[in-house]
Amino acid sequence: MRIPSRIRNMALILIVLLLLVGGFFLPTAMPHIQLPAEEVLHSTLPVSIPLLGHEFVITNTILAAWLSMLILIVLSFAATRQMKLLPTGLQNLVEAFLEAILNLVESVAGRERGRRFFPLVATIFLFVLVSNWMGLLPGYGTIGRIEEVSQGGYQVREAVLPVLNLKMNILTAKQATEGGGILVPFLRSAATDLNTPLALALISVLLTQYFGVKALGVLGYASKFFNVRRLFRFGAALLWLRPRKGLLGDLFNGFLDVFIGLIELISEFAKIISFSFRLFGNILAGEVLLAVVAFLIPWVASLPFLGLELFVGFIQAFIFAVLTLVFLTIATTAHGEGAH
Amino acid sequence: MTDQAVRLLASALAIAVGSIGPALGIGLLVSRAMDALGRNPEARDALFIPMIIGIAFTEAIAIYALVVALIIKFV
Repeated sequence: MRIPSRIRNMALILIVLLLLVGGFFLPTAMPHIQLPAEEVLHSTLPVSIPLLGHEFVITNTILAAWLSMLILIVLSFAATRQMKLLPTGLQNLVEAFLEAILNLVESVAGRERGRRFFPLVATIFLFVLVSNWMGLLPGYGTIGRIEEVSQGGYQVREAVLPVLNLKMNILTAKQATEGGGILVPFLRSAATDLNTPLALALISVLLTQYFGVKALGVLGYASKFFNVRRLFRFGAALLWLRPRKGLLGDLFNGFLDVFIGLIELISEFAKIISFSFRLFGNILAGEVLLAVVAFLIPWVASLPFLGLELFVGFIQAFIFAVLTLVFLTIATTAHGEGAH
Repeated sequence: MTDQAVRLLASALAIAVGSIGPALGIGLLVSRAMDALGRNPEARDALFIPMIIGIAFTEAIAIYALVVALIIKFV
């Protein structure tokens, strides 16, 4: 049955208005914004583990990262369980997706190198994408235990879910000056903890060095950062006392090469910072934005911002993967070879 | 002003001033890319990745400002 568009539009407007008005009767609590990840599980171990010690801490961001890994693993198992030459269903979808990534990788790095870089680049892309998008699901950052604070929290109210006969504590929007509570969520988007992007950035940068050394040799790769070739040529010309034209220019360019090499060396370390903070900053800012918008105009205003965050999550995953790919390509290209 | 107030103001200024340059840079980058796209729509695929990389490098400067702001605020 077709519903006339006028009635449908009226109904939509009515629903939005009801949501707008309803939001003011049941406002959301302004969430407590915290930079470090909250602990979900904290216990002291009987034995000491190297690097970790006696403490055994699982934070909500680790749980979220494990959950997105689990989803990727289950998805890959399901897609490759019964592989067919002419793929159908899930296998077809996954193959189309991976082929799009493979084409992109090969178009940047070339066919042979692209195939070698593909697993790393695709893994980074898929993991970041899945964990970013899962962070937007309802339940992330909203379900958790309520921790008592001595002052400056939110009022806690007991609520009963009649269908399941489930009793729970919820935070109300009203601020309590003394003896309130703060929500400690069980799950929080993995990239909102600096440790997750930092780990990915370290993997990306270290593997770039590995691939660079493997492709160019230790000396060849090191000459990218300590480029003294032209200075040596100048020194040799001086030693054999063979003055020729442009010797002074050689000296200048030699020092320039050394300087540029040192800048390259610093930028390798800056890469770790910019990789990790780009992802962390974007995703954390998105979470804060969603929380603040949901607090200002409850229920309705979040929707366009959720769309924006879907886009940001995709773009950040794409940038992380593509930058890794480009750095890998640059690192495995010999000096002067890459010139067009 | 108290110590805390100076800290808050400094971290806000660090990110506010620090993001002006990258914002202008990204705007310039994308506008030039759109110019090129308008002149030569077939260059879309060839343009896209260099544009994204350029944006990422420009954005890195804003990220350093963010790091400085976070350090002032929390460390």
